Amino acid sequence: MATTNNMTLNLKIWRQKDKTSEGKLVDYRVENVSPDMSFLEMIDVLNDQLVRKGEDTIAFDHDCREGICGMCSMMINGKAHGGFKNTTTCQVHMRLYKDGDTVVIEPFRAKAFPIVKDLTVDRSAIDKVMAAGGFITANTGNAPDANAMLIPKPVADEAMDAAACIGCGACVASCPNGSGMLFMGAKVSQLALLPQGQPESPKRALNMVYTHDTVGFGNCTTHAECEATCPKGISIEHIARMNREYLKAAFTYHEKNRSEGAG
Amino acid sequence: MSFNLDPKIPAGPLSEKWDKHKFEMKRVNPANKRKFTVIVVGTGLAGGSAAATLAELGYNVLSFCIQDTPRRAHSIAAQGGINGAKNYPNDGDSVRNLFYDTIKGGDYRSREANVYRLAQVSNNIIDQMVSQGVPFAREYGGYLDNRSFGGAQVSRTFYARGQTGQQLLLGAYSGMMKMVAKGKIKQFTRREMMDLVVVNGKARGIIVKNLITGELERYAADAVLLCTGGYGNVFYLSTNAQHSNVTAAWRCYKRGAGFANPCFTQIHPTCIPVHGDYQSKLTLMSESLRNDGRVWVPKKQGDTRKPAEIPEEERDYYLERIYPSFGNLAPRDVSSRQAKFRCDEGLGVGPTKQAVYLDFRDAIKRDGKEVIAARYGNLFEMYERITADNPYNTPMMIYPAVHYTMGGLWVDYNLQSTVPGLHVLGEANFSDHGANRLGASALMQGLADGYFVAPYTISNYLASTPLEKVTVDDNAFKDAEQAVKLQTAKLLGIKGSRTATDFHRALGHYMWDYVGMSRSEKGLKTALDGIRKLKEEFWSDLKLNGDTSNYNLELHRATRVADFIELGELMALDALERRESCGGHFREEYQTADNEAKRDDENFTHAAVWEYTGANSSPVRHKEELVFENVKLATRSYK
Repeated sequence: MATTNNMTLNLKIWRQKDKTSEGKLVDYRVENVSPDMSFLEMIDVLNDQLVRKGEDTIAFDHDCREGICGMCSMMINGKAHGGFKNTTTCQVHMRLYKDGDTVVIEPFRAKAFPIVKDLTVDRSAIDKVMAAGGFITANTGNAPDANAMLIPKPVADEAMDAAACIGCGACVASCPNGSGMLFMGAKVSQLALLPQGQPESPKRALNMVYTHDTVGFGNCTTHAECEATCPKGISIEHIARMNREYLKAAFTYHEKNRSEGAG
Repeated sequence: MSFNLDPKIPAGPLSEKWDKHKFEMKRVNPANKRKFTVIVVGTGLAGGSAAATLAELGYNVLSFCIQDTPRRAHSIAAQGGINGAKNYPNDGDSVRNLFYDTIKGGDYRSREANVYRLAQVSNNIIDQMVSQGVPFAREYGGYLDNRSFGGAQVSRTFYARGQTGQQLLLGAYSGMMKMVAKGKIKQFTRREMMDLVVVNGKARGIIVKNLITGELERYAADAVLLCTGGYGNVFYLSTNAQHSNVTAAWRCYKRGAGFANPCFTQIHPTCIPVHGDYQSKLTLMSESLRNDGRVWVPKKQGDTRKPAEIPEEERDYYLERIYPSFGNLAPRDVSSRQAKFRCDEGLGVGPTKQAVYLDFRDAIKRDGKEVIAARYGNLFEMYERITADNPYNTPMMIYPAVHYTMGGLWVDYNLQSTVPGLHVLGEANFSDHGANRLGASALMQGLADGYFVAPYTISNYLASTPLEKVTVDDNAFKDAEQAVKLQTAKLLGIKGSRTATDFHRALGHYMWDYVGMSRSEKGLKTALDGIRKLKEEFWSDLKLNGDTSNYNLELHRATRVADFIELGELMALDALERRESCGGHFREEYQTADNEAKRDDENFTHAAVWEYTGANSSPVRHKEELVFENVKLATRSYK
């Protein structure tokens, strides 16, 4: 409603036609930006102007626009999701910026995330890691009564902390090594904490780490940029727990073909 | 052509129908399952759970989703919880109770046998999800915790903080990924279904658009499962995700699938109000908040004092006043309508006066800030990020918004549409929620359909249907692909002046103003005229740049808007023809003295099923009469 406080912003946005073309930063000016707008609505306004001018719109990923689907991405002024605590790009609101600000918008950059177009990247490497073991093999129909297995509340809560990962890849984009250890650690840790996850725990850790390393993610050198940037506040303690699971498994678990089950 | 609307409800007592049917249905022997291929469109709770389960059984599954990975389907955004008739809290819940609440909540416009089955399998869902590692909320003893939702007097809702949908979807997704690794599911991402391919009267494949390359692709199978969610985005602003759309379902409708009760729309009472023209979506604040939050407006019109300055005796806690036995947990349709009435009376609050308060002051006083933060912390943070107000200190401002569509493609008891082989699951079908869905029931229905119903009924279909060999070179595939190409070329050739978003917004205004919370004959006729005119303008004045290559997002948008416009017309028509009020469908002409919905059971105890008859002729309205043998039709009362 605060029309009098509307702002003008100078944007520098990464434009890249497709995977193989060369990209560059292009300057745009957006006027009449309401502080109540979300960041993506601000880009909608810009795209609307581009359509009317007959130009190609800026491609960016988004879907739920309420911070849970993990589809939105973007490096805003060099930070994944803009660098605001526990906030995805779609939940960044323009009141966090000032009239006349220059904002640089780039895609997530990582070896494992090739650019598709403009700000859109291909994050299918995350699915490949998940397919390598990010599940409990409980086929439909196998389940005992839900209360047959008691789980202490603090354990369930900690598993939930890890399970909150939205798979956006901000951790990867923020990591100097392009490592996916945080999202992978969150899943390994969630399932290692829960009794249901125990039977497959060693195999899961080995297979997921193996796949992680082969699909283009880098290693973890504990910069903790991932934790700082994670929109769901996931702690690097989960990487530590994954490392313990991995080590334990490396010493005790033997199977002929480690990558069995990998996609 | 006449529609076969036989619901195929098994004979026998209600509680034995499903067991009996499971026994009587044909099965495919384990070694033969690998000879069949099933297409599953959509990877939400319905599609994800169906794909995983069918693959586990041994079928070859082709799975398609519009997002970049199946884990982002819009089921993920469901916040509050999932119902199950476990009776863990010992408050008298049962399968029959959940069944009854759901039938009553839907204002007696759903099918008894389907709803009973839903309640029966609800317990299996909770078991299944726990076994997959879903970290549901627990009590200190390690047992699962429950809370209450609207329209129920028991606590039967299981939850994982304020993100139950996310956790359930990730459970279904992990099941899918397990089967992707085993090679039984082939996953296709960033694909949008553009048409259903029908060969010899049976659904045998789909045409999809690769959204990145713009190329059309053909896939053949022995059966098609449509799990593409609801169509709330026809209103432009809704709580749905940006890519949720009707196109897949609409193309099936045009290929002969009946569309049932399209006007049955759920308008959710607790959403963050509209704040500007640029707005792209509305954000839901979970119904679970009404466990502790109290809804009120000032008693005096135009009261501009801050909420904290309005004394207790000058506040109208209208839900508690009107519905003392359900209070703030009255069902969604009722709560939304009452909010609208208050704002229409000039009692609305906030800058637009189109909002009411949802106040946690008393709950914080009673339980302490920490307890409330543990229950709703993430929702409070979300609210503050969007509005810059802190709900711990000042009441939330909320207003109803479009959230869910009970209408959808007609299905029989086996979830099969009027096109043999096309099965429709989850929000995309019409089956279980009647004219109003109760909270925490959408997740339940999606998973019931995908885990515990379709896997049996698909086997029955495959085992009992002669299926000749069909390949993607069949003429039906060529023709369907050609039709999509022609439509695309037509869209790109218009070269007009108004964008797809302009048209979508204009459609949204007609829908919200005349086909929204309150409908009248006059308003619906205005909407019909307006939408028909809008359709003409769309096809003569659409502005679209580029071509089919290079990830043309505007083209994708325009294709969806074209179908939304046609759907909007059908919704208005359906609302006009249903001359009664029921659930979320409120016709001003049909209301009781105290403004409650007044049903006409004599003339409208049926599902209206629309048949497409061509671009230049009116759709035909058929009926499936709803037979109530186990509950007595009564006026719904939450007082």
